[in-house]
Amino acid sequence: MADAAATSPSAPRRPPPRRETGPLHWAHRRFFNGAHNVVLTLAIAWALVLIVPDLLAWAVLDAVWTGPDSACRSAGGACWAIVAEKYRLILFGTYPYEEHWRATLAMAIIIVLAVASGFERFWSYGLFAVWVVALGAVFTLMFGGVLGLAPVGTHEWGGLPLTLLIFIGTVVGGLPLAVLLALGRRSELPVVKALCVGLIEITRGVPLITVLFMASLMLPLFMPEGVTIDKLLRAQLGMIIFFAAYAAEIVRGGLQAIPYGQTEAANAVGLTYWQRTRRIILPQALRIVIPPLMNDIIRAFKNTTFVSIVGLFDVLGATSAAIQDPEWVLYAPEAYLFIFALYFVFCFAMSKYSESVERKLATGRNF
Amino acid sequence: MSVPAERPGRRPPPPRPPVKLRDVWHSASFRAITLQALVIVLVIGTGAFMIDNAMVALAKRGISTGFGFLTREAGFPIGEGLIPFSSEDTYLRAYGVAILNTLKVAALAIVLATLIGTLVGIARLSTNWILACLAAAYVELFRNTPQLVQIVFWYTVFTLLPHPRQAWNPVGDVFLSKRGLALPWPDPHPAWWWTIAALAAALILALWLGRRAARLRRMTGTARPALPWLVALVVGAPVAAWWIAGAPVAIGIPAMAGFNIRGGATLSPEFIALLLGLSLYIAAFIAEIVRAGIQSVPRGQIEAARAIGLSPGHLYRKVVLPQALRVMVPPAAAQYVSTIKNSSLGVAIGYPELFNVSNTIITLSGNTIEAIVIMMAVYLTISFVIAALMNWYNHAMRIRER
Repeated sequence: MADAAATSPSAPRRPPPRRETGPLHWAHRRFFNGAHNVVLTLAIAWALVLIVPDLLAWAVLDAVWTGPDSACRSAGGACWAIVAEKYRLILFGTYPYEEHWRATLAMAIIIVLAVASGFERFWSYGLFAVWVVALGAVFTLMFGGVLGLAPVGTHEWGGLPLTLLIFIGTVVGGLPLAVLLALGRRSELPVVKALCVGLIEITRGVPLITVLFMASLMLPLFMPEGVTIDKLLRAQLGMIIFFAAYAAEIVRGGLQAIPYGQTEAANAVGLTYWQRTRRIILPQALRIVIPPLMNDIIRAFKNTTFVSIVGLFDVLGATSAAIQDPEWVLYAPEAYLFIFALYFVFCFAMSKYSESVERKLATGRNF
Repeated sequence: MSVPAERPGRRPPPPRPPVKLRDVWHSASFRAITLQALVIVLVIGTGAFMIDNAMVALAKRGISTGFGFLTREAGFPIGEGLIPFSSEDTYLRAYGVAILNTLKVAALAIVLATLIGTLVGIARLSTNWILACLAAAYVELFRNTPQLVQIVFWYTVFTLLPHPRQAWNPVGDVFLSKRGLALPWPDPHPAWWWTIAALAAALILALWLGRRAARLRRMTGTARPALPWLVALVVGAPVAAWWIAGAPVAIGIPAMAGFNIRGGATLSPEFIALLLGLSLYIAAFIAEIVRAGIQSVPRGQIEAARAIGLSPGHLYRKVVLPQALRVMVPPAAAQYVSTIKNSSLGVAIGYPELFNVSNTIITLSGNTIEAIVIMMAVYLTISFVIAALMNWYNHAMRIRER
């Protein structure tokens, strides 16, 4: 009926709909649809015209890329020469100069493995074995003392290898602890539950720096005389506990999302608590919490900078030490901008990865 | 099947099996009790062992324990504070100065971050492509870099600013130099405290009156205009207090005096660097929360509100905001708590906040454990107060189904 009416020769022909694609329409839709948008676009364009040329001149055109500090003093732009001059110190801290190749290799192993761990096809128990072997190799490279490698103590470690090691250590040590704390918080045993709640809430209620401070400066006080724990290990302990307390709450959210019927069914077929937890509950719960956990993992990476406050030379600590050089102290902002970019690359890559995982999990959901 | 008419003779209960050790071992309650007893012994044992070690170590260094040190003379100056402090004052007062400094920078950072974050969050949703891009770039740049690097960067920029003699003078009587930002500021006068007190009282009263007006409207169905009166109250009360208390008009203007800038108020470089580092970082997160909150309101709600003829103002105030806020407030509160806690990063640039001052007190007094207990207690109190407020808000705002 309707079709017949539409195609009947007596009805007047309607014009085709207006085109709404093409660059002009795009520009109209994006910049000039309505008076306030026109004003906004012009204001932004004016601000950009004011700022961008100056910024470009400072950062690129008038910048000094290499050379001594005297070259920077006469130039009007940024002094990227400080990066060229100090990059070894920034990237490796006080690690012995001739052994930098070892730290580089260790970093490469960590980065390659971390990237590989991001692919779902590699997710298996074999991956754990590979990590164990790789971390063994990393520590052999970093410590030395065997295979003809000169020994390097942890007090000499620094820069990006240290940042990455603390980050990996925090995540690898913190995740299992987080799962245990989350399970403990949901435990039916009142003492275990109270202990886990107390640890989680107190840790989450105080700043990370106080936890690190406790671990770094207080722990030695609480140890019997003569017992000393490595400074790096102490900071690492603080980082792990702090990360675990936050991650535990996320894991708990995942555990709570699993319907109680799953537990009942597991009980009905006679599984014990640990069998049920390991084979039924955790695999489902951990899958849900991957995206929020990624946020915490990214934060753990940013939080590695806190160790510079307790006297370790991570990337930030090494940079702060590098700019103490009186000849270069004027160009400290450029050095900080460099590590700003360095941290950004790592965190941005992780956040984009986390978004892709979230999308994948969201499309796979069928409820 | 029906119940059998006649039940066979009752069978005797089966004989109780003798209790074997095996059964005790396998019983759930025995295991629960043993495990928990073990945990208690382990925790108390470790705690006692560690505290004993610490006591021995402290006694060896001749450090007295207990909170008596709080009334002793501190013997160190604090760079800035809301209340005066000198090295003759007590440790207790030093804590007071430090806590106020922490709250000052955190409160300002929260206000600033909320303003910037809301603007950026709305800008990200703009149909204007370049504005949305700039907002997205801001969020990615500030969210994906460590806060501590940002704080240290801002501080370093400050140290490279010119000396006060060549201070920058961007607008009016504002001076920017490596000594900080000098601003015109009213000269101290008790009237200003009365004004602030009146403002606080008026706000509380306005809140109560507003709720009462809403309740009356719900009960009677007739709306009486309450908003103009409330605004008049909030504006009028402080002005009246200021006028009654003497109406001071003297304003300090910063000006060059010798090698330094005098007059007005000066914000220290440490304070500004920390404020920028805290607020610009958190603003990126607030922006994402605002965006998610606005996007969480279903389109149908907005279309329905337009269909019944609500004006854009009413649409936002009555339909979008109440629903968006319910989504936005809990994560925003978590960010605010994190801002307060991360103000402890001031230690990296020498801003005298709680953690920094505690550190100094530990070094000078040696009362390590007590100082840490005080510091942790303060941070925990702040966190728990905000958590309690949050629970109250969630309870008040929960969806009431009829």
